[in-house]
Amino acid sequence: MSTVAPHAGRSPLSGLRVVGGTWTRLRQGELGQLPALLGLVAIWSYFQLRQPTYLSARNVSNLVLQIGVTGTLAVGIVLVLLLSEIDLSVGSVSILCSAVLAQVVVNQGWSWYWGIALMLAVGAAIGAFQGFWLAAVRVPSFVVTLAGLLGWQGVQQWVLGTTGTINVNEPHIGAIATTTLPAAWGWALAAGGSAAYAAVRIQDQVRRRRAGLPAKPLVVVALRTALVAAISLLVVAVLNGDLNGVWVFGRAIYINRGVPTPGVILLGLVIVFAWLTSRTQLGRYVYAIGGSPEAARRAGINVTGIRIAVFSLCALLAAVAGLIQTSRLGAASQAIEPGQVTLEAIAAAVIGGTSLFGGRGSVWSALLGAVVIGSVANGLDLDGQQPYVKLIVEGAILLLFVTIDAFARRGRRASGT
Amino acid sequence: MLPVPTTGDGGGLGAAPAPAATPVLELRGISKSFGAVQALTEVDFEVYAGEVVALVGDNGAGKSTLIKCISGAHLPDSGTILVDGAEARIHVPSDATRLGIETVYQDLALCDNLDVVANMFLGREHTPVPLLGPIAELAMEKRSLEVLDALHVTTIPSVRQRVVSLSGGQRQSVAISRAVMWEAKIVILDEPTAALGVAQTEQVLALIRRLREQGLGVIVISHNLHEVFEVADRIVVLRLGRRVATFQHDGTSPEDVVAAITGARLQVAR
Repeated sequence: MSTVAPHAGRSPLSGLRVVGGTWTRLRQGELGQLPALLGLVAIWSYFQLRQPTYLSARNVSNLVLQIGVTGTLAVGIVLVLLLSEIDLSVGSVSILCSAVLAQVVVNQGWSWYWGIALMLAVGAAIGAFQGFWLAAVRVPSFVVTLAGLLGWQGVQQWVLGTTGTINVNEPHIGAIATTTLPAAWGWALAAGGSAAYAAVRIQDQVRRRRAGLPAKPLVVVALRTALVAAISLLVVAVLNGDLNGVWVFGRAIYINRGVPTPGVILLGLVIVFAWLTSRTQLGRYVYAIGGSPEAARRAGINVTGIRIAVFSLCALLAAVAGLIQTSRLGAASQAIEPGQVTLEAIAAAVIGGTSLFGGRGSVWSALLGAVVIGSVANGLDLDGQQPYVKLIVEGAILLLFVTIDAFARRGRRASGT
Repeated sequence: MLPVPTTGDGGGLGAAPAPAATPVLELRGISKSFGAVQALTEVDFEVYAGEVVALVGDNGAGKSTLIKCISGAHLPDSGTILVDGAEARIHVPSDATRLGIETVYQDLALCDNLDVVANMFLGREHTPVPLLGPIAELAMEKRSLEVLDALHVTTIPSVRQRVVSLSGGQRQSVAISRAVMWEAKIVILDEPTAALGVAQTEQVLALIRRLREQGLGVIVISHNLHEVFEVADRIVVLRLGRRVATFQHDGTSPEDVVAAITGARLQVAR
């Protein structure tokens, strides 16, 4: 750090410097999503070699359906982890909200939209309640939400009543998880999304250049954009069934053509919350509190308020996950194990590259981690493995990624000061 | 030159000759106790614009308490604070900030996981809508570069670098630059070089001199007398919660100051 270059970086960054900067960040323990991406390639290769239908339209469509709930919960978990807190209650909150929806819509005759509005409100209120306990009363979030994990499950059983299950046949609610986008919409989504991504990225760099600030070369931006566009178009092509029978994508006999709605909902949530965390003042404060609560407080940030708001958002997302779950199962049921649902969501966030130690990570890691966990579970199912194998493998993968996170943190410590 | 002893019992007797007519910050008869412990007794204190005042004293002399009374972290039991000659109410830290008083604490001031720009604007981001509005990153980045350039902080390669990757001296430079960029009139530095090596200490001392050149009133708390003599125009000594001596930089020897801190010289002076 002794090179004295007075803002020499004001000239446009060369491609080489961008690559060099990335390498430096990796060495300093800023691994981000790299481990998860590498893991995903390994997992897909392994299962594809064992089961030729693994990457088929039908199975990928299943995968997207399976990660809807975990991914949505994981978005909330990422927000909480960024604050350097934890929320163990999301699984219970999600099944409680699901039970509330079923109770009012099926047994009390509410319309589906008022039912959904109520379940979301219940979720947000629970989050605010827990947030108050941990942010204002200063009980550790681990304990508050552990109490929530137990308590809200109890409330769920009380709401469901003696039968333990309420079937939900309401068509609007059912449609959420069972419909797919028409093929053309899928294409439009992929193309439009990629174009919007490109526009935002290029505009960022053009503005920087115009302001006389160091900017990335357009080639780097173009390559990244091309990669995003290629991946989204490929996913839509597979889900639309256009690649059925082609190369590794296998030949599926029955295909549910189109992008499943839960996948679209999850992607939408990820984009919204990624924007919120990376570009707004609220997001900046979340990272700041996760990095150093004392520095944040001294900077005049309302730390208590932000904590309560974030836990409220996390529980609101748990309610959305509960909605997707209810729709998929066609029921609200006691049979779902909230502890496992919660831990899978936390595992997804951490595997995707969000640090358990606070202040580092991105909402995208929720999606990536959910895809990793979903891919493993799905592959083992397809392979005909017993449930116990799934638990052991998931546990091992989580341990591996948390270890990587811990080592990366040590790297950051060693390189700092 | 002999030290100019002050009685410390109110009245500001023996205050040093003023570089300007009205001090930018003046404390009169500040007392503060915590239960049975009298932390400050009738302390007077003043800083002029374009002046570096070192506040020295042994552990428990009341330096930190005095600083906290100025920065709004503590409310004094009695006494008045004047900013530019006008009486000021400082009840919470934001009162001090609004009056142009910025405090740079020894540690915990920066978020390691955020970059330099984010840290410099933390809590005061440019945004059209509070909380949910987009942050105007470009304007903030340009302003950060301007501030660092104006203070000749040239050792930071990129303002988009995370603070975790900066050295101790660079971090302190960022913290000080952040403090002065908000039209500060008075900057309080709490042990600014305590954790730094020789070269980095020089960086920070040079930065303190530039703050003086820019007409700010600077208060430095330090244990390091060598450093105090390098930057301070005046040295104020606290002992057991009272202001016991004031020295001009010129003609004072470190031995005089040490004597005042330990109380040995005080007996002679009286």
